Amino acid sequence: MSRTLFDKIWDAHVVDRLEDGTCVLYIDRHLVHEVTSPQAFEGLRLAGRPVRRTDATIAVVDHNIPTEDRKNGIAEPESRLQIETLEQNVAAFGVPYFPYTDIRQGIVHVIGPEQGISLPGMTIVCGDSHTSTHGAMGALAFGIGTSEVEHVLATQTLLQKPAKNMLVRVDGTLPPGCSGKDIVLAVIGKIGTAGGNGHVIEFAGDAIRALDMAGRLSVCNMSIEAGARAGLIAPDETTFAYIKGRPYAPKGEAFDQAVAYWKTLPSDADAVYDKTVILNAADIIPQVTWGTSPEAVLPITGTVPDPANEPDEARRAQLQRMLTYMDLTPGQPLAGTKIDVVFIGSCTNSRIEDLRSAAAVANGRHVAPGVRVLVVPGSGLVKAQAEQEGLDKIFLDAGFEWREPGCSMCLGMNPDKLTPGQRCASTSNRNFEGRQGPGGRTHLLSPAMAAAAAVTGALTDVRELV
Amino acid sequence: MDKFTLLTAVAAPLNLANVDTDKIIPARFLKTIKRTGLGKDLFSDLRYDETGAEKPGFVLNQPKYRHAEILVAGENFGCGSSREHAPWALLDFGIRCVIAPSFADIFHGNCFKNGILPIALPAEICEHLMADAALGTNARLTIDLENQLVIRPDGSRIPFQVDAFRKHCLLNGLDDIALTLEHATAITAYEAKIPTWQPTIDGV
Repeated sequence: MSRTLFDKIWDAHVVDRLEDGTCVLYIDRHLVHEVTSPQAFEGLRLAGRPVRRTDATIAVVDHNIPTEDRKNGIAEPESRLQIETLEQNVAAFGVPYFPYTDIRQGIVHVIGPEQGISLPGMTIVCGDSHTSTHGAMGALAFGIGTSEVEHVLATQTLLQKPAKNMLVRVDGTLPPGCSGKDIVLAVIGKIGTAGGNGHVIEFAGDAIRALDMAGRLSVCNMSIEAGARAGLIAPDETTFAYIKGRPYAPKGEAFDQAVAYWKTLPSDADAVYDKTVILNAADIIPQVTWGTSPEAVLPITGTVPDPANEPDEARRAQLQRMLTYMDLTPGQPLAGTKIDVVFIGSCTNSRIEDLRSAAAVANGRHVAPGVRVLVVPGSGLVKAQAEQEGLDKIFLDAGFEWREPGCSMCLGMNPDKLTPGQRCASTSNRNFEGRQGPGGRTHLLSPAMAAAAAVTGALTDVRELV
Repeated sequence: MDKFTLLTAVAAPLNLANVDTDKIIPARFLKTIKRTGLGKDLFSDLRYDETGAEKPGFVLNQPKYRHAEILVAGENFGCGSSREHAPWALLDFGIRCVIAPSFADIFHGNCFKNGILPIALPAEICEHLMADAALGTNARLTIDLENQLVIRPDGSRIPFQVDAFRKHCLLNGLDDIALTLEHATAITAYEAKIPTWQPTIDGV
């Protein structure tokens, strides 16, 4: 029987099947961070259980970590406690760990692929919804809650039922000025934030094939924003070339054996999907969100929608609530909307390619008066690479802040927060009310679009600057 | 985990779609290392103003809903982050059941791990239940998990679907991990077959 990429990975990881179809699913990689793990380790301790496979688990701090100089430790007491708790737990249970003093520290979804820890055909979990990111490697990767974190630590498995298959095919060639971020925002705009519920989305088509790994990671990262359990992209030569030589990737003969297996993973030509959505890349225009849900997205050439045109009463009220929160007027062009802060970073867009794309726009320009710009690399290694290429100098010359790696202003668990009423052009993944700080207003966009907003002080079509 | 069998309680109407987990419990409250104590921060930005005072208009601040144990909400409830702090906050406030037209997957799974029953029902039925909930303490709903029924204040019965395994765990308050460890032999046998090319994370 023909199978999809998802079916193949799933079948290869079923340890046992319960009567009602629930599967005991084996987990190859478990990524752990400080926010969603303390209660899981506490659970193990209370039950007297060990971590079943410390050699399949890696821990890092990212959510709470300040992105200023960290030489003197963590000032904020609750953040410090959470980080110290993780450090005690990894020591007690023998889990490999990158502390914040290690150059390899970074956002968990950046370091997994970067270190060669996340590999094709694997099942990968983490107590974080953006675990979907690793699907770009051709791995089945999804976010779990803390009870499931404990379950994986104790058993190296999860109890799961298979998801449905959804294909999102993006045909054609992406126009200049657009990136993986614009593709995924356009997909979410089309299918909605619940469009992928119960499904794993496989992204395919020429425009996806043409993306580098950073672009693919951005696409899969935001598949959770379409409600999908996971995003997937079939591994190909781009994937294999990216993996080769990474610290935790297979080496020598083992690498060849791995590639031979990885080549069997792509969906069969006659595989059947429960849902199919097709987009033409040539139609994509740089995207920007205007509301408080990622589905509230439009091309930068668009205008703010008018709730009065919405026939459904509940939907109309929802639009009105969004516009009030975002302080936008129906009919107002998105381009030209003044912004206060720009955030370039997060597990969506903090890789070296993202920083290069922002730097290309920032180069030789200067931040608009009154605007604050934070550039937060995804890992210590991304930061070092950027500095080697002189990107830090471009950003600093442009008046941008060049910071230490972490989740930062994506969710404001560390000191990087918006203040009430501030409007932010952000390369992160969620524009929910209060996400970047209570009362903060978020417009999601690509790194190039974020840099364009930074130098003009307003939402801007980056195609006018390149 | 507490068992969930039969619940008769006040239901609070929260007529919003796409209630995300940042709304249920904003990120700034995730710095705890405990599961308990989050009820006071549930729906914090909807529930309190900038000074920390209660917003009287918010449903859970109204006297008749302060002890609600059921929440009736709009579609795609619990979207966004995987934080289990969302069901922990609901539970700590006293909510044991959420009824909505649809749920985000991770939140839905997290509820079952904490003795909370999420019930998905068609939108038009949810509208009726929303209307029942609007009657406050005069209109309690009954949730009968064994028979998979929501019983409305007028006595009418609405059947609902629930995954058989999850129902079993909820009815008996069972710990998943202990159940999975009954498969330890199969897990060990699986591990013996992991291909040798697959690297391990040995040391850092």
